Amino acid sequence: MPHRFPLPIRLLHWTMAALIIAMLFIGVAMVSTAGPAYTALLALHRPLGIAILLLAGIRLALRIGTRAPALPDDLPRIQQRAARVSHVLLYLAMIGLPIIGWAMLSAGSYPVRLGAGLVLPPILPPDALVFGGLRQLHALVAFAFFALILGHLTVALIHGFVRRDGVLATMGFARSASTEPAAPGDGDGRGDAVDSTDAPAPGDVEGAPPP
Amino acid sequence: MTKPRPSRLTIAAIVAAPLALLAGFAWAGGWIGSPRVGGKTIADALEFNAGRQAGYRRAHAKGLCFTGQFEASGKAARLSAAPQLAPGRYAVTGRFSTGGGNPFATDGRNVFHAMALQLAGPDGQIWRMAMDHVPIFPVATPQAFVALQHATRPDPATGKPDPTAMKAYLASHPETRAYQDYIAAAPLPDSFANGTYYSINAFRFVDSAGTSHAVRWAFEPEAPFAALDKATLASLPTDYLFDELQSRLAKESLRWRMIVTVAAPGDETDNATIAWPAARPRIDAGTLTIVRAEPEESGACRDITFDPTILPDGVALSDDPLLAARSAAYAASFRRRAIEAPGPSAAGKALPGGAR
Repeated sequence: MPHRFPLPIRLLHWTMAALIIAMLFIGVAMVSTAGPAYTALLALHRPLGIAILLLAGIRLALRIGTRAPALPDDLPRIQQRAARVSHVLLYLAMIGLPIIGWAMLSAGSYPVRLGAGLVLPPILPPDALVFGGLRQLHALVAFAFFALILGHLTVALIHGFVRRDGVLATMGFARSASTEPAAPGDGDGRGDAVDSTDAPAPGDVEGAPPP
Repeated sequence: MTKPRPSRLTIAAIVAAPLALLAGFAWAGGWIGSPRVGGKTIADALEFNAGRQAGYRRAHAKGLCFTGQFEASGKAARLSAAPQLAPGRYAVTGRFSTGGGNPFATDGRNVFHAMALQLAGPDGQIWRMAMDHVPIFPVATPQAFVALQHATRPDPATGKPDPTAMKAYLASHPETRAYQDYIAAAPLPDSFANGTYYSINAFRFVDSAGTSHAVRWAFEPEAPFAALDKATLASLPTDYLFDELQSRLAKESLRWRMIVTVAAPGDETDNATIAWPAARPRIDAGTLTIVRAEPEESGACRDITFDPTILPDGVALSDDPLLAARSAAYAASFRRRAIEAPGPSAAGKALPGGAR
């Protein structure tokens, strides 16, 4: 069992974290204003959304094709389950929200213009009522996504600084002092060899110093 | 399971991080901080003025769809790389409408006659326009537009705006006087077919070398001009303009020439209340031919937002603040009417298929 996510997933996680938070802020900001920022933010919102969709597709493929570190054994079963469900929801949101946006613009007869010379084809036929419903869904999913991200951040910080159980470090880049227990003979080559050797044995976790 | 208790500082930091993000989000969304004029504010102001008409556009609620084509002359292609300005024929979907938020209003009013167009280019390149028969707009900013809607709300008792509210508005918005003087004096076209329709705002044409040219444009009719008698407007049949257009189109196609006006240095591009001097160069960019009209239920225009910021390559926004405001307001109007389920065509009840 690896003790960290593979490097491409970690890089994607932090890149997409920045893009998605920027995107959620752009989304609510553009709807709030009729000033010149409106058209500028709207022009940014579409290509950024499609970029997030592409990155999320790559990330999902990597996530399915690689092994994820296990959660600590002492984490209550209900919390393990909550973690799994929340991660499925996060993936659903990062893939679903751009698709809802694209579908909504298609149903609303809006061209999905990404930039000069690049207009995406519609993925739904024009239908005002469908546009209206998808527009509400787009906002609803965006707010739910933001709430999930806030929860994800809070729980990650609790893992990192209250429980100090190495879960936060599974997404980190620290070269050593990982507090994640490494399974002996974990030679799948995806993890970082330095961390595997430096990681304390199971049982030492509780007294391990913070990274 | 004994771990060192986290310090209060750690706990405070863990609580502060998501709260800071939440506060930033609330600020970005305009829920905290100074109030903003958004698309919603403008749609609210229009509803305040005309009443809420579920299922209809919040402005220019009464309309009729049409289809036709635009045949570009190619003469404007040196100023803009827009595919629709290269010689050729491009499909057009459009809408005629009258100003105001009441879809059941009579046509006999001294208000904007409007023509909205969608010019379809290759590769999904769409060009939308929403034009009025008056070359200038009553206001220059979204804030002034909202104030105007509040000041001109018809009093239910008299059917006219409150004179004191209007006086107070005009005292702080002298730019609206130019529009009022214009619309009071200018003859009102007696048909959609013989009106000239103006882009209202300035735009930028961007040529193939990337150079910008500030422009406005107008669609000038082939049909000879005739004016309505403003003294007898109230006695016109309710759907006079829409019915008249339909009977014309039953006999013949209608044509307009797209005339592009190029700004001279110093011409204001950020103020739709000011017309440019008449001596500016004019380019005949092509001919619009309208072939047939259809009521909104069956026509293709009802579910299109004629947002003038939807532009192809080769056409870009100017610094006119009304452009973003129109885009935001039209989007808010569409959000509302779409979910309300589109209402039946308010105009053209005499048309085949026109339900009441």
